[in-house]
Amino acid sequence: MNIVESVVTQIQGLSSSATDIAALHTYLKQADESLHTESARLLPFLDHLDPSIHSLGYLYILDACTSGPISEEQAKTLVLIFARFITSCVAEQIRLASDKFVSVCKRFKDQVMLLKAPMQGVAAMLSAVRKLQSSSAHLTTLHPEFLQLCLLSKSYKTGLSVLEDDIFEVDQPRDLFLYCYYGGMMCIGQKRFQKALELLHNVVTAPMSSINAIAVEAYKKYILVSLIHQGQFSTSLPKYASSAAQRNLKNFCQPYIELANSYSTGKIAELETYVQTSREKFESDNNLGLVKQVLSSMYKRNIQRLTQTYLTLSLQDIANTVQLNSPKEAEMHVLQMIQDGEIYATINQKDGMVRFLEDPEQYKTCEMIKHIDSSIQRMMELSKKLTTMDELMSCDPLYLAKAGRERQRFDFDDFDTVPQKFNI
Amino acid sequence: MEADDEIYANGGDGPSRNRPIISGEQLDIEAYAGLYTGRTKITRLLFISDHCDNPPMQLEALRMAYDEIKKGENTQLFREVVQKIDGRLGPNYAMDSAWCETVDRRAEQRKERLENELNAYRTNLIKESIRMGYNDFGDFYYAHGALGDAFKSYVRTRDYCTTSKHIIHMCMSAILVSIEMGQFTHVTSYVSKAEQTPEALDPITIAKLRCAAGLAHLEAKKYKLAARKFLEVAPELGNSYTEVIAPQDVATYGGLCALASFERTELKNKVIDNLNFRNFLELVPEVRELIHDFYSSHYASCLDYLGNLKANLLLDIHLHDHVETLYDQIRNKALIQYTHPFVSVDLNMMANAFKTSVAGLEKELEALITDNQIQARIDSHNKILYARHADQRNATFQRVLQTGSEFDRDVRAMLLRANLIKHEYNLRASRKL
Repeated sequence: MNIVESVVTQIQGLSSSATDIAALHTYLKQADESLHTESARLLPFLDHLDPSIHSLGYLYILDACTSGPISEEQAKTLVLIFARFITSCVAEQIRLASDKFVSVCKRFKDQVMLLKAPMQGVAAMLSAVRKLQSSSAHLTTLHPEFLQLCLLSKSYKTGLSVLEDDIFEVDQPRDLFLYCYYGGMMCIGQKRFQKALELLHNVVTAPMSSINAIAVEAYKKYILVSLIHQGQFSTSLPKYASSAAQRNLKNFCQPYIELANSYSTGKIAELETYVQTSREKFESDNNLGLVKQVLSSMYKRNIQRLTQTYLTLSLQDIANTVQLNSPKEAEMHVLQMIQDGEIYATINQKDGMVRFLEDPEQYKTCEMIKHIDSSIQRMMELSKKLTTMDELMSCDPLYLAKAGRERQRFDFDDFDTVPQKFNI
Repeated sequence: MEADDEIYANGGDGPSRNRPIISGEQLDIEAYAGLYTGRTKITRLLFISDHCDNPPMQLEALRMAYDEIKKGENTQLFREVVQKIDGRLGPNYAMDSAWCETVDRRAEQRKERLENELNAYRTNLIKESIRMGYNDFGDFYYAHGALGDAFKSYVRTRDYCTTSKHIIHMCMSAILVSIEMGQFTHVTSYVSKAEQTPEALDPITIAKLRCAAGLAHLEAKKYKLAARKFLEVAPELGNSYTEVIAPQDVATYGGLCALASFERTELKNKVIDNLNFRNFLELVPEVRELIHDFYSSHYASCLDYLGNLKANLLLDIHLHDHVETLYDQIRNKALIQYTHPFVSVDLNMMANAFKTSVAGLEKELEALITDNQIQARIDSHNKILYARHADQRNATFQRVLQTGSEFDRDVRAMLLRANLIKHEYNLRASRKL
């Protein structure tokens, strides 16, 4: 009992300045085990502490008192305590014990899922993520947890706000896989297919020594999204994808690859029959909705191809070429595409004719100039980043050692001169 | 002969002796076969009998083949042709086993004699005699239809050739056998071997080699190269290569391939203004006319001539597989050339010019536009084709923005991957931790 009280007093006393916090941290690390033994009693002590001032201490005690199994009744109160802590804690303090923070947040997430109320956890997790990352380009273990909650609670907009950040640093590769996979799913839900394609592409081409289930599922969705968005799919992965992925991913996604082949023939009837026959496989992967979107995208692609060859075309001809059942259906499709901005056209109902127009964008407006300018700025920043990274790499001793070893094999002119001391 | 664009009516103007043999009319088999000598005559007759659907023509071809084979020593072909005739030509054209036996026996004896002679020469190590011995063997096998062995024998003489003449002789024999066998890769290699001899070749040999090279390219579907080769054949060729190709064929193959693959300037320079080739074209006036019609944009009559010639061209052993492709290419070229100078084209008029329906024409044009061979768009409502020239400025902006976003995506992904690799992240490592 004394231990707990003394811990509380220490926390209250040593939470004001940075040096105090460091000392508190060492003290807490030592006291951690004893705290865990007293876990059942710890809950009321939390009221003595203010999470916005005593974040580090609060964290330790919270971690200790929730380390055991928790019933649903307790979960309801605990969830509120967790949420309050996370939203009000101080970022610098909790970063000192990031592992603990991560496990606390994970437990929070489990509670929220247990109560089947993922919505409650979204806001708190968002602030947790923001506090844990050292910069907006840093991917933490909490990112996928957060995205999972967003997916389950259908709060896509919040999720998307996090996805907008570019990621350059990763703690654990598994986090990246899950993050990109969930992110891809969210973008698909919001019909942002380009970003979904990017995220899924990252999963599929990430370095991996052996393939994992996440990569397989991501590849399946990748095939479907690239059919919807680009109308084509090439089975060869780029060279920088890991050899494990290049060799093995295809074997697990056979029905999808056949779907892509059937799509490339351009015949709707074939595609439909194929989808019908393989319906169960798609359903068991929860991809049936996407597959249906692939089907409708085929009509769109065929109509788009018509805009390249015709200036005007009758609705009857469109229906015939694209293999729709009637001019009315063709009209509906064309109307939908005009509204979505996928083609530029006008429908003349009197004659039953569609007139295809050119893209009205003239690239002369102020907005366009601003857009181009900001793109240029972005490219320049990226280039700078790239050059910095290259320079850092060339100074890295490990790299130089390897390059020095390999030197004998190559011509003298093949790469930059490496200092003598790195020669074997 | 001056540039004389008068169109010859079908059948020609002169005495019937000068009637063009390859024309729109039904093929005169006797005249056609008269163009060739040697084994190719027989092969061509058999091909005609296999591919024509006109029974009297078929029987005529088989009869002539039978007569020709009997003059030679190929019993295998004899048996084949008898089987094909199947008794339809009466008792004179039935199986003559006595003849077969005599020929075979004679062949055995000759073969033995040749072998003995060759062995004698070999022991004596007289180069020239050994070379002639192998040559004789080659000729013997060729006459008896054992083409593979003939080829091998001819090639064996290579080690015993002393002068360029010998090498040329060997190459020409090898080429002849390869063409008969249908192995055109050999043809190409032996043509280049022959052309590499240090001595200057006489013009007839050069012409022969060009014909052989042209045939090889035709077989390989390289129509442009084939056309160029055929167009370079000198008129000195005359009838000196009838064991492979007739001058009429040079004109037909060269003309059609050129039409299908050349651009307008090349067509004018190498075909229409080519004085040498004109001599060949005189032999097949319909081909000459259709080339001129194409160049002067009389597409309807050009396509008419083509249509008429098709039946006979399908009976030619070398051209048979390529007729459809060449015709499609020529037709597409005509369509493209028709639309090229105009800003807008009335599809009804165009359909008349090409003797097709507007709907069919629309489909053809659609295919060409999708293939990016015509830059235009179809106004299906008013049935007009409008030329459409891409807006370079807009296209450039679009491309630039797209390149930018691709760069953005790729660099970010690359930095991410580099970061992963840099910390030596892989699943196994993280499991160990």
